Amino acid sequence: MIDFAFMYEALIRLVGGVPLTLQLSLIASAFGVIFAVTAALMQLSDSRVLRAIADAYVFVIRGTPLLVQIFLIYYGMGQFDFIRHSFLWALLREPYWCAIFALMFNTGAYGSQIVRGGLLSVPKGQIEAARSCGMPTVMIYRRIILPLAIRQALPAYGNEIILLTKATSLASIITMMEITGVAAKMIAETYRVVEVFLVAGGLYLLINFVLSRGVAMLERRLMRHTRTDSSTRSVQRRAA
Amino acid sequence: MTGASFFDLMNFGPNGWGWALITAAGVTVMVALAGFSLGAVIGTFGAWAKISGRGPIRVAAEVYTTVLRGIPDLLVIFLFYFGGSLALTAVYKFFGGEGFVSFPGFTAGALAIGFTSGAQHTEVFRGAYGAISQGEIEAAKATGMSRMLLFRRIIMPLLLRYALPGLGNVWQVVLKESALVSVTGLVELVRQAQLGAGSTREPFSFFLAAAILFLVITFVSNRVFRFSEAYFSRGVRGTR
Repeated sequence: MIDFAFMYEALIRLVGGVPLTLQLSLIASAFGVIFAVTAALMQLSDSRVLRAIADAYVFVIRGTPLLVQIFLIYYGMGQFDFIRHSFLWALLREPYWCAIFALMFNTGAYGSQIVRGGLLSVPKGQIEAARSCGMPTVMIYRRIILPLAIRQALPAYGNEIILLTKATSLASIITMMEITGVAAKMIAETYRVVEVFLVAGGLYLLINFVLSRGVAMLERRLMRHTRTDSSTRSVQRRAA
Repeated sequence: MTGASFFDLMNFGPNGWGWALITAAGVTVMVALAGFSLGAVIGTFGAWAKISGRGPIRVAAEVYTTVLRGIPDLLVIFLFYFGGSLALTAVYKFFGGEGFVSFPGFTAGALAIGFTSGAQHTEVFRGAYGAISQGEIEAAKATGMSRMLLFRRIIMPLLLRYALPGLGNVWQVVLKESALVSVTGLVELVRQAQLGAGSTREPFSFFLAAAILFLVITFVSNRVFRFSEAYFSRGVRGTR
């Protein structure tokens, strides 16, 4: 029933969509981190206004489907004359940038909750100790809070990047030819749903597997102080 | 877009889109509920397979959750919609019919959502089962309860209590996932907004209205879940 020659052909065509999927995911997560950290810092700030803005951003993004957000940006922005006549229009009329903007806002809101959790997990004593050493606030963030918070938030953030990679498939609805876009086109042309699905699904699984391995490796690197590696073991042996 | 034009469009009069959007929101909730319920059934079996299944069954459940968490929901919806249509067409041809028979979008959407959320339900139920203390089960066995009675009186109520927060999260995901069912042509909230945007050329207003309705549904269902969490935890000290 399953035609392997066709599956090979599907693989060749679908691999062509991989670079775009990776691009969307990479660019959106890179900018999304900035949104996530900013929103998290705003939510933890003393200013009530900043907190309210960040809370509203997170509530609205997390409470609405990504597809609606994409449509609001891709179709909705054209309704306003002042946007059509502004420099932004050069970006907003391209589905590529609309997809990236929507994914970026989206992952920023979800990511902010992870970053916030990481920031809150930093023990008070560490911050007090840094302050009593006379470190200025920026230095405390750079040397104490951020390294500890990143370590804490990394596993969950890795998960968020995987979710984002899955979410890039929605870009196919606004004509982007990434993996799902190519898959939908192939299904419409050939009516061979199962084969195309298997190959496309396999590609996503592979990408996400590599991503999760990468995050696990990064985590191991950041947590190397908790591990007894060969050098400490040899020291311990000598001591014993 | 001016404020007045937005409310002109969204009123409930003969020329307004109010009722159409509210009805579509109802379809969204229905498709999400159907998918969520199916997912809960699949999740129950999945959790059972992971907790006490024999080798091959457990491996199958493990593969199911890993795969479904790694591939985009949109692909699964394509699989069910186009795959269902193909199967239906084949059956139709077998009985002497001609042409292409399209699979109902509601069924395809509910099946796809059920299939994807089933993986999340599995993890939620499994986690909740792990949270039940063995002592309670032993005590029930010691009093001579049969397996069914033990399940009905002890495991089920405790499981629900521990699973509710997780189920609330799954529901939020399912609700937003239902937006993707619009690709099958089912007139739910997003599709209705697309139709309205197409005929009035005011896409921003319509997608904004859809976003607001999604926020309302999210808000209300959050309340329902919080209320039922309090209800099912009423025997626990320290709950409100």
